[in-house]
Order: sequence, then C-alpha cells, then structure tokens
Amino acid sequence: MSDALNNGGGGDRPLLTVRDLKVQVATQAGAKTVLDGLSFDLVSGETLALAGESGSGKSMTALAIMGLLPKPMARIAGGTIKLGADELTGLDERGYRKIRSARIAMIFQEPMTSLNPLMTVERQLSEVLLEHDICDRSEAPNRALKLLQDVRLTEPERRLKQYPHELSGGMRQRVMIAIALACDPEILIADEPTTALDVTVQAEILDLIRTLQSQHGTAVLMITHDMGVVAEMADRVIILREGKQVEAAPVHDLFSAPRTDYARTLLAAVPRLGTAPARPVSESRNKIVEVDDLSVRFDITGGFLGRTVARVHAVESVSFHIREKETLALVGESGCGKSTIGKALLGLVPWDGSVRVNGVQTLGRSRAAMRPVLRDIQMVFQDPGASMDARMTVGEQVVEPMRVHGLAKGSELDDRAEWLFKRVGLSPDMLSRFPHEFSGGQRQRVCIARALSLSPKVIVADESVSALDVSVQAQVLDLLQELQEEDGLSYLFISHDMAVIEQVADRVMVMRLGQVVEEGPRDAVLRDPQHAYTKRLISAVPIPDPTRTRPPMPDIAGVENTSPIFSVGQSPVRIKLTELKQGHRVARSEAASL
Amino acid sequence: MTSYLIRRLFESALILLGITFVTFILLYLLPADPARQIAGRSATAETVANIRDQLGLNDPLFVQYWRYLTGLLQGDMGRSYLQRAEVSSLIAARLPASLMLMVSAIVTELIIGLTIGVVAALRRNRPADHGLMIFSFVAISAPQFVIGILLLYVFAVQLGWFPIGGYGTPAHFVLPSITLGLLGAGWYSRMMRSSMIEVLNQDLVRTARAKGLSKMRIVTRHVMPNAILPIIAMIGIDIGLFMSGIVVVESVFGWPGIGQLAWQAIQRVDIPVIMGVTMVSATAIVIGNLLADLVAPLIDPRIKTK
Repeated sequence: MSDALNNGGGGDRPLLTVRDLKVQVATQAGAKTVLDGLSFDLVSGETLALAGESGSGKSMTALAIMGLLPKPMARIAGGTIKLGADELTGLDERGYRKIRSARIAMIFQEPMTSLNPLMTVERQLSEVLLEHDICDRSEAPNRALKLLQDVRLTEPERRLKQYPHELSGGMRQRVMIAIALACDPEILIADEPTTALDVTVQAEILDLIRTLQSQHGTAVLMITHDMGVVAEMADRVIILREGKQVEAAPVHDLFSAPRTDYARTLLAAVPRLGTAPARPVSESRNKIVEVDDLSVRFDITGGFLGRTVARVHAVESVSFHIREKETLALVGESGCGKSTIGKALLGLVPWDGSVRVNGVQTLGRSRAAMRPVLRDIQMVFQDPGASMDARMTVGEQVVEPMRVHGLAKGSELDDRAEWLFKRVGLSPDMLSRFPHEFSGGQRQRVCIARALSLSPKVIVADESVSALDVSVQAQVLDLLQELQEEDGLSYLFISHDMAVIEQVADRVMVMRLGQVVEEGPRDAVLRDPQHAYTKRLISAVPIPDPTRTRPPMPDIAGVENTSPIFSVGQSPVRIKLTELKQGHRVARSEAASL
Repeated sequence: MTSYLIRRLFESALILLGITFVTFILLYLLPADPARQIAGRSATAETVANIRDQLGLNDPLFVQYWRYLTGLLQGDMGRSYLQRAEVSSLIAARLPASLMLMVSAIVTELIIGLTIGVVAALRRNRPADHGLMIFSFVAISAPQFVIGILLLYVFAVQLGWFPIGGYGTPAHFVLPSITLGLLGAGWYSRMMRSSMIEVLNQDLVRTARAKGLSKMRIVTRHVMPNAILPIIAMIGIDIGLFMSGIVVVESVFGWPGIGQLAWQAIQRVDIPVIMGVTMVSATAIVIGNLLADLVAPLIDPRIKTK
C-alpha cells in the first residue's frame, strides 16, 4: 500500500487533490458548464461530504474523478485531479483501469441495477480480484468469502452462489461495498449509497461504511443530498449549488454557524424529527373515510395449469378512519403494504373488507360505479414525471378528470385549468407546456392540481414529496397544508420519512408486513413510541446535527417471520391492538411485555 | 421442471390439434377439385365422380376430418393423390435435407446478425454503424429469390467457387444458407444493436468500468449476455419465417427438401401432401418455441420455469 495510507491522515500530504475542476456537458444549445472551479483535498482516513440538491454537480464530480464521465456528452474542461503525485485528467483508459477499484473504488445509489443479474455474487467479486492480480484463480473463492464476511453479510457461503435478484436491497449494497473494498483502495467514493434503501437498512449500511473505514484507513468521499447523512458521516462538508462550491467547512462549523445564505436555507429546509410545531387539535368532525377489516392479497400462481400456490398478504385486516380536515400518516418500510392501502381506497387493486368514502360503501363496485366515489377521493403519486403523459400538455391533463366525469366542457375547462394552476402556485401561462418543460417540484404541483380538479374531499398522497429536493419538498408540504386549511381537505399521507410525517400528520399509523403495529396521535407515536418496530424506525433516522449521535437501533424481539408470503390456506397471525392511552394503540404482545 | 415440461408438451399438442383443424378447413374450402386434377382435363364427369367417391371427398367435412385425425394419431398421414407413395415416406425422404439447411441457416444468421449488432452498437452513430445498418436494411428488404439468384450468378456461375445447385457436400450448403439466413441476419442485427445500446447505458456497465475491467471483458462478459436475452425468444418464433423462406430457396437452388415437395403439392392440389408438410412445419415451430423457452432460464437465473 502507498505511504499516504500509513500517514494515518496526519493532515500532511493529501491523497486526492482537486483544483479548479470544470466539467462541461454538450447540449443542443452548446456546451453547458455543470461543474465550475471545484477545489478540495482529501486526506487519508477522513470523510468529506459533497452535499447539494439535484443538478448541483456532485455526482459529476465523482464520475470525473473515476474517469467515468459519459462520453462523448460530458468532458473535463479544465482543472486538475491528482491522486498522490499522479495526474488523473487526460489519463487514457488503460491507465485509468489501474486506478479504478485498485486505488479509488466507488459504490452507487441503485444496488438493484448496479450488479450484473446474470452473474453469481462470487463471480462478480472474483472478477475484480483477478483483474487487479490480488490473488490467483484458486484463491479467489476464499478471498470472496472473506470479503462477504467483512461486510457482515449473513450466510456468506450461500450468498456467494446466489444471484443479485435473490438478495434484498441492503444485501446488494453490502455486496457492492465488498466489491469496492476488494482491492483495499485508498479512496472510496460513495454516491448516494443509501438513498434507495429503507431507513433501518440505511443506518446499518452507514455503520458498516464507518467501521470499514476505521479498519482500513480509507478516505471516503460521500456524495449525498441528505443533511442527516452528512451530519452523521462527514468530517468536512462542501456544499455545491448549480456546479459551484457555495461553502466548505468542517461539519460542526457548518451546522452550528453556516456562513452563506444558501447553506442556511438548505439547513433550515431539512425536516428535523422532534421539532415540528403542534397541530391544531381536531375536534370531533365527521369521518370522511372509514376502513374496516381491509385485506389485500395477491396470488402467486405456479405448477400445472397455473394453480395458486401461495399468496402475498399485502394488507391484512387493517381498520382506520380519517376525519374531515385531518391528516392520517401511514409509515413503514418498503413492502409493508402502505401504498397498497392507498390503491385499495381508490379501487385500483382488488380488496376485501369495507371501505366507506364520504359515507358510500365501495366494496364490489365496478369501474364505472367507482366513478362518483372518485370525485371525493384522488391520489398524488411519488414520481410526478412518470405519472403524467409526456405527449399531452399539462393544461389538458389537469382538466382531464373533469372531462372524464363530464363535469365541464369548452371554455369552462380552460377557466378551471387556470384557476387550478393559480391554486397550486403555478402561472397559467404554463398551461400549454409539456411535462418535460417543468422541474420536479413544478411537476408535482401539476399533479396536485390534477388531483384537485374534481374538488375531492380526500387526497391519498403516496410518497408525494419523497423524490423532491428538501427545499422543494418544504414548499410542496406548505402547499398541501395550505390547501387543507383553506379547502378542508383530508389526507392519507403515505411516507417512509419519519421527519416529513411529523410535519404533516395529525395521527400516525405504523405498518409492518401488512399489519398495523402501532397507531395514535402524532406526538404519542413519534415521541413516545411503544412498539419495538416503531422505536427502531425512529432511532434509525439520521439526525441532522453532528453534535448528537444516533442511539443504537434496538433489535426487534420475537419476530417470527419477515415475509408477507404464505401458502394457500395459511394466514399470518393477526395482530391485535391494545389501547394504552386515548387513541394510542399498540400491538398486544408488545404492550404486555412493556 | 418436470411438471412444467408436461404442461408445455400438453399445450403444444393442443396447438397442433388446432392447426390440423384450421388447415383442413382451409383446404376443404379450396375451389380447386383434387379429383379433377387426378383424372386429368379430358376425363368424363363420371370418372371424376368415381374418384371423388373413392377418396371419400363426398363425405361430410367432419367425417373427413375425423378420418384424417384418427389416421394421424396412428402415424398415418395418408397417401399422396398423385405420387404413388405414403405422405410420411415422401416427407421422411426429404426432411433431413431441409432440417440440415435450416440449422446451417440459423447458425449463419446468428453469426452475421449478432456480430453486426455488436459492432454497430459499439460504434453507434459513427460511419461503421451507419454502413452496417444500411446493409441490414437491404438484407431485410431484398426478396429472397433475388438474393439467391444474385449469389448464384456471382459466386457459382461467374467465380465458380460454389456448385450451382444440388445437395451433398458442405460446399453445397454455403449459398442456400446465406440466402435463407440473410433476412434473419438483418432483423437480428437491428435487435442486437438496440438491445446492446440499452444494456450499455445500464448501471451494471458503470459498475464493471469502476472495477477497472477491460473493454473487451465488459462487452463479452457483462453487456453481451444481458443483451442477448430478448433475442433468444425470437429465435423460436423465427422458425416460422424459415418455413416460408425454405420453399423459395429450395426451388432456386434445386435443394431436394420439403420446400420443393410442398411447392409441387400446392400446384397440383395434392391435399394429403400439403397437410403433411404443414403439420411438419407446425411441429418444427412449436418445438422451436419450446426449446427457446427451455434455454432461457439456463441463461437468465431470474426466469423460473413454473
């Protein structure tokens, strides 16, 4: 290994020196500078965070260092990148191959797509070992096994023989880390390594990166949009905005005394768990949505003539209600059934049980018979880009529900579209544009306008702000709040993000494996959680404050199974809820043991 | 796996049964009278009626169909109206030549098509790519008899590198295989190109590059296996395309296969032979699809046979 590693980060010779780095991307309008004049040093053993919102150029920086800028669209237009004494800009492919993985390794955001689906874990690991002559072919399997043990993958011998699709997201990211650390590189670049993962998995992966870093003395360049991750991981932070460095500071200084306005706004927009203002107490208003014993099951077919061999119990006997002008938040990790509930309310998936919207029972209604109900309940999805038609103007899309329901026609529709656009804070001039001409936040406003066009009483917001930058997220949340106050809307707010939920919810329901494990008023659930799973979820949320360390996550005791799939005729054990305090109910076994 | 195979074989049998029914009805509705063909133009109406009676052509449709089906299930495909031979022995004599031509054409089209697709994708939007795509466009649009005659004229007549026609030595296979495979090569090159470009833009390629792998290794180990997946299903379907091509190519090159047999039978309304050839082709297509579906999970671990 190089001398730099042995220096142990004494602050002397930096491992990586970036000076005046400039990256340009070719567009139809000519070269566009996406990164301009970035300079920083990275010394051994430290973690430097590159933080910023989308389009800030943080990922471009990582790709430029790795020599992986997409050719021929993007290129380094100026500046230097020095790894020790070696200049990396202008290095040819052959030279770069000796750097990649051997001296600088990288892990990516999407562990789902970053691995080759046709190769076993073992082959993907041994490939990099053999490429860089770390060991010979006979030794490779043992080396690979050792690497999987290092990243603390359960049952490493079995994992070696598995394919990526047989692993969960967190396991795949562990495999990616094992690949990255295979050659014991000096620098690890982590590009949003936990953004696609559940919060508890994120906490585990961040812990792992930290542990491995201290064992190997690796320098980490952490690229993230999440100020919580920054506070938890970084020694120093560089904040980027539109390709320019806005502020560079040690992490404690940045959070305690940001020097620039942008850094202040960015930090102010970060939702912090435990800081949301109290919500007005809702006096007993009418119940607008009443759900009783709702179950959703999906069949898995197989065998001769395609019989049903197993069922996914996506939602199992869930009951709740939403009152007028109230926000009920549904929280849980991926696969817990929270989105399925939202779809069931609109009749988008087949379900059993009883759902009343504005007093109307919707069980067994055909598509056509659902229509009048849908005037009262509408949905806003996670990805505003994907939930719009790219070939239709936004103006047409916004009033399409009214056209479908036959509520208006001709110039009436135009008036309505204008009114809706103003309502969500967009200019009516933009009505004739197409979705690709809008930013992510604007697109989500368009989707909200479309949901509002039928003047519904309830909106199901399914991860509606999850894909947005924090500053934009805050604005959209404000808009939703404003609409609630003025129009008396009710929300079923589905999210995995505890901090966001705290901002908007009156009541919170925590779901796991299709069932509710805890529910109650927001403050009772979030500030005094009773169920071990709720506690685990809350303790896993990174705290955007470097002076506070996250407490270790409690393990979930007595968990018999972790899958909602059961063979035909079998059902999960139904969780019964016990009332602790007014409205605060928790799974019974937990209540007994506490 | 076994239950999957049993189910697929059962489905295949149903499909073939459906094909016998449809083909039988189509041939029954044909305005041409096979008895008149057999008797000849100068025969009296009485002779024709006699022949009709002998062949059972006056029986109701479903009686004729039932007779054919029960025969077929016992391995009896009937007798040719015009050649004094069993249909099964006529086909058996010619099937090996056609099957060998087909296998050699499939190999040809895959080698040409996949190579062009890979090269074009790696050189996309550059002159080599444009040139190759023009070639594939020509290969798709040119009628097979034109290509066949052109190849014959240049390489057999003018240059004398290959025999002009017939069947026997490996040299006999070259021109017919290319003629038959060129159309498919054109399709596969386009499919492989777009499939390769799609995979080249996937995250897994970025990971492979970040590992420091050579371009050669990235392309052969990571990109090509992923890009070839959608093509496999196509090969099964493709056999149908071959069956129509084989009729043309066999008559251009004088290839003694079932394509020629079919061509003669159609001209002379030799219904039992037409039925026989149709059944053999249909069986080939069904088996081809079955093989493609069985091979896919060997390459892609995500596909489970269930």
